[in-house]
Amino acid sequence: MASTIFRSLQVQPFLLNPSKLLKRRNGVMHFTTKATQSQTETQQRQPQAKVSTSTQSKKLDKIPNDYEAIIGIETHVQLSTLTKAFCGCPYNYGSSPNSSICPICMGLPGALPVLNSKVIEFAVKLGLALNCNLAFNSKFDRKQYFYPDLPKGYQISQFDVPIASAGYLDVDIPVEFGGGHKRFGITRVHMEEDAGKLLHTEHGNYSQVDLNRAGVPLLEIVSEPDMRNGIEASEYAAELQRLVRYLGVSNGNMQEGSLRCDVNVSIRPIGQSKFGTKVEIKNLNSFASVSRAIDFEISRQVQLHSQGQEDQIVQETRLWEEGSQRTITMRKKEGLADYRYFPEPDLPAVILSQEYVDRIQNSLPELPEIKRRRYEKMGLSMQDVLFLANDKSIAEFFDATLAKGADAKLVANWIMSDIAAFMKNEKLTINEIKLTPEELSELIASIKGGTISGKIGKEILFELLAKGGSVKELIEKKDLVQIVDPVEIEKMVDKVIAENPKQVEQYRGGKTKLQGFFAGQVMKLSKGKANPGLLNKILLEKLNSKN
Amino acid sequence: MEHHHEKLNLSVGNMRMLSTLQTPRSLSRLSLIPSNTFTSRASLTHQSPTTTTTPPQSQILSNRHSLLSRHVTAADLARSYLTRLRQSEPHLRSFLHLPDDDAVLAQAAHLDGKISAGDELGPLAGVFVAVKDNICTIDMPSTAGSRILEGYRPPFDATAVKRVKELGGIVVGKTNLDEFGMGSTTEGSAFQVTANPWDVSRVPGGSSGGSAAAVSARQCVVSLGSDTGGSVRQPASFCGVVGLKPTYGRVSRFGLMAYASSLDAIGCFGSSVADTGILLSAIAGHDRFDATSSKQDVPNFLSHFVSASSLESKPLKGLRVGLIRETIGDGVDAGVISAIRAAALHLEELGCSVNEVSLPSFSLGLPAYYVLAVSESSSNLSRYDGIRYGGQVYADELDSLYGGSRSKGFGSEVKMRILMGTYALSAGYYDAYYKRAQQVRTIIRNSFKEALNQNDILISPAAPSAAYKIGEKKNDPLAMYAGDIMTVNVNLAGLPALVLPCGFVEGGSAGLPVGLQMIGAAFDEGQLLRVGHIFEQTLENCRFVPPIVTDDIAD
Repeated sequence: MASTIFRSLQVQPFLLNPSKLLKRRNGVMHFTTKATQSQTETQQRQPQAKVSTSTQSKKLDKIPNDYEAIIGIETHVQLSTLTKAFCGCPYNYGSSPNSSICPICMGLPGALPVLNSKVIEFAVKLGLALNCNLAFNSKFDRKQYFYPDLPKGYQISQFDVPIASAGYLDVDIPVEFGGGHKRFGITRVHMEEDAGKLLHTEHGNYSQVDLNRAGVPLLEIVSEPDMRNGIEASEYAAELQRLVRYLGVSNGNMQEGSLRCDVNVSIRPIGQSKFGTKVEIKNLNSFASVSRAIDFEISRQVQLHSQGQEDQIVQETRLWEEGSQRTITMRKKEGLADYRYFPEPDLPAVILSQEYVDRIQNSLPELPEIKRRRYEKMGLSMQDVLFLANDKSIAEFFDATLAKGADAKLVANWIMSDIAAFMKNEKLTINEIKLTPEELSELIASIKGGTISGKIGKEILFELLAKGGSVKELIEKKDLVQIVDPVEIEKMVDKVIAENPKQVEQYRGGKTKLQGFFAGQVMKLSKGKANPGLLNKILLEKLNSKN
Repeated sequence: MEHHHEKLNLSVGNMRMLSTLQTPRSLSRLSLIPSNTFTSRASLTHQSPTTTTTPPQSQILSNRHSLLSRHVTAADLARSYLTRLRQSEPHLRSFLHLPDDDAVLAQAAHLDGKISAGDELGPLAGVFVAVKDNICTIDMPSTAGSRILEGYRPPFDATAVKRVKELGGIVVGKTNLDEFGMGSTTEGSAFQVTANPWDVSRVPGGSSGGSAAAVSARQCVVSLGSDTGGSVRQPASFCGVVGLKPTYGRVSRFGLMAYASSLDAIGCFGSSVADTGILLSAIAGHDRFDATSSKQDVPNFLSHFVSASSLESKPLKGLRVGLIRETIGDGVDAGVISAIRAAALHLEELGCSVNEVSLPSFSLGLPAYYVLAVSESSSNLSRYDGIRYGGQVYADELDSLYGGSRSKGFGSEVKMRILMGTYALSAGYYDAYYKRAQQVRTIIRNSFKEALNQNDILISPAAPSAAYKIGEKKNDPLAMYAGDIMTVNVNLAGLPALVLPCGFVEGGSAGLPVGLQMIGAAFDEGQLLRVGHIFEQTLENCRFVPPIVTDDIAD
């Protein structure tokens, strides 16, 4: 196997300055890991990869006919608790290495874990939201293996009795991908702790260990192998992200590693009941890469299979390479790893009471799926529904605007068109714009009630988005109230007619298209405030009356 | 909700801050002792021990009395202990680390300052406490008797040590042990062999051999040990001192380097039941850093103590005592059996009704214990990987670094147990070993429960023999494991047990002490201490001061 060269790594745990904790004493350690092997692997596969890339879309089209892909996902969600799972250290992504560690998360001799009760609360929340059965009496187990990022030599996890199991997640596939409603099974949800991180230097021949992340609580969510293509898988992952954000249990940020997906992909000819050999793919840092990596892997396997080379599909872990858009071998499985699980004797059993679960059940927010169905019932299109419900903050903004009495379709239109465009251009989230739901509701009411025209409404909107303020104030300050007095409009119409005798002549000579010109002139004269209906009515009367 | 544990910080300043958060343990818990009980005793200590039947006295209370009545200064007291310690240590080698005398004397001088200022004194003020070296101390190395931790200094005190210090105790050193507590003779230490104060050619028992020998030879007043399968009780028996293994969860394990987490307990040694109880009072109670520590109230263990002079003729009238039949049969030395039978008679004389009880599952305890203990230890010792602390053997490959560091750092007994534990937990063997052993553990727990429904306490020998020769069983691990038969069941059941010297067998220049084990119901340490105190105060013709203690001390 690839050689992992490890010169030395020494920590002086009793230094008072934690930043110095990972000072190396005698030289440094070096990881060549499996880079060399991966390289050869890559080179060997390059021609194949090219072929499959070029034929990828065709292959994908062929899959439904000849082959079926079986996809399951393991997701690790980092919980946004204030402190780690078993000690009082906080975790802040990006803080300097080994700045948030203590004897407990460093695994010093004599240190013991004490469970952060928030971890259970968050696990129960997610278990309920995923429609799971909860284990009212579960426990922690030790999963044992050696690695420098694992200070105790075991990970505290849950083995045979996960806190939640046998649930499902409902997903709406976006319209552009064919739409439709899918239900994906959830096998289990369990609690565990994260490991630290190895920092491999680019040029130096050593690696360093950062234990900031060690002991950060995770929930591992294992899906049933219910997905059939990359889009379904990425939509499942996106829905899971939405769910943890709605629940407030995680920020779900994939780039920061707060939500990590490992997918298992296998294929089989349609009609075959036996599963094909499954391949695990790691290093998926976005939903797009989840989808693309799976589709690439399906076509790779289909190609091997269709060429009679199915024995080349081996149980292995492959890495998604974002740059070249393909998967490469990371490590082949050498039999099953034996983690020698046994119950964690340092922690008491996790006992849930019905009252505790009920209290959490009753405190759950409206979940994305329920919200989508509610929006759908309001008569909104599926596109609107997905746009509004996908982002918790947008959904809250939308609901708050509705609560002020505004019409759902009108609010949806405003949010999806001008407001969305503004946020996109200015790179702002809905929580960062100055417009409040109250004012959006007021704006819509002002237009509907005829106080201002739709055109003025748009102008005001951009002012509100950028600077804030109230609709009423802006209308008053800028004197933007619509002119609905027929006498006033008539005066303006008369003025325009008087000033354009030539065009009047032409109009009356049959060039009635000039009505638009006159309307525009009157509107300009009114500074856009004339009520368009009244304006046109009076204008027509005047133009058509032959004195 | 999640703030139930504050950050355990490495910085000394913060450690100090943490300690101020701890409710100060007031003297009141101990001051409730009826004054006539021990003040009268204390005065006895100034009499020369003309008879061999003088019952053991509380050194803690008599020293305290001498200090408060200004008969002696803390510095004088400290000097006399240090002198004795320095004299006997070359023969015994109880300690792996001893601080400079100056550091100890400075603490004593500080105490003298407090006494003359009339400050309130902690219940352990000026008490010399030795600490087993697998219990973390911030100011002294803590090696667990292993090369892999040679020179390792923890950044925190174990909770038990912290409490001892907060109550005024002076930690006088770190005591020798079998590596990580794995052994029954203290010969398994990577650094030195400790001798038995009764006969320096014999083992002190183990694994807390250093702590037992130190108390026996009066190198300290009391000491902390740890008991996973008998590691406090068996050396107490071998060295003729009182040893207490508390109920599992009674004392925080935080800072105790784990051997087998579900069995480990920090225990106490003293030269009298009273001292042992006072030390337990100091360290017992819930600790938010140990999720397995109990929230049970800690009663005043000494409040029911009665002085020998005011004892009625049948002070233990009505107490139901069960002598465990399986512990006085084959494989147990005849001398031990007769000492235990004599102790049973003595209990009867005190008013107890003594009956033999059978625990049919008793013999299952030894194999179940060893399967569970080695399984947990194989996991607990994984952290000694040479990456973050401790000895490291450099290698070009990670696996070689691990292999080199661990094969060089661990001794053979530890390696053997890691290998056995790894095997027992492996896929395909788990059900046959670990799971089966857990089932046996449940059976044992239930049979103890039943026996303790019918009896107030159970008694047995603490070990099948008295102390044996150094080297005698070193190459016969199975014989050594068999010696744990008397004690492992108690750990499996999580119960408290008190061992106190009850007689002698032939051996050495002055005979070898034999320990009586009293087992109580969970969290019933108070009962054990009360019975033990009456037993020791009324036991005649026995004086458990080893010959190495030559100076005229009051024991």
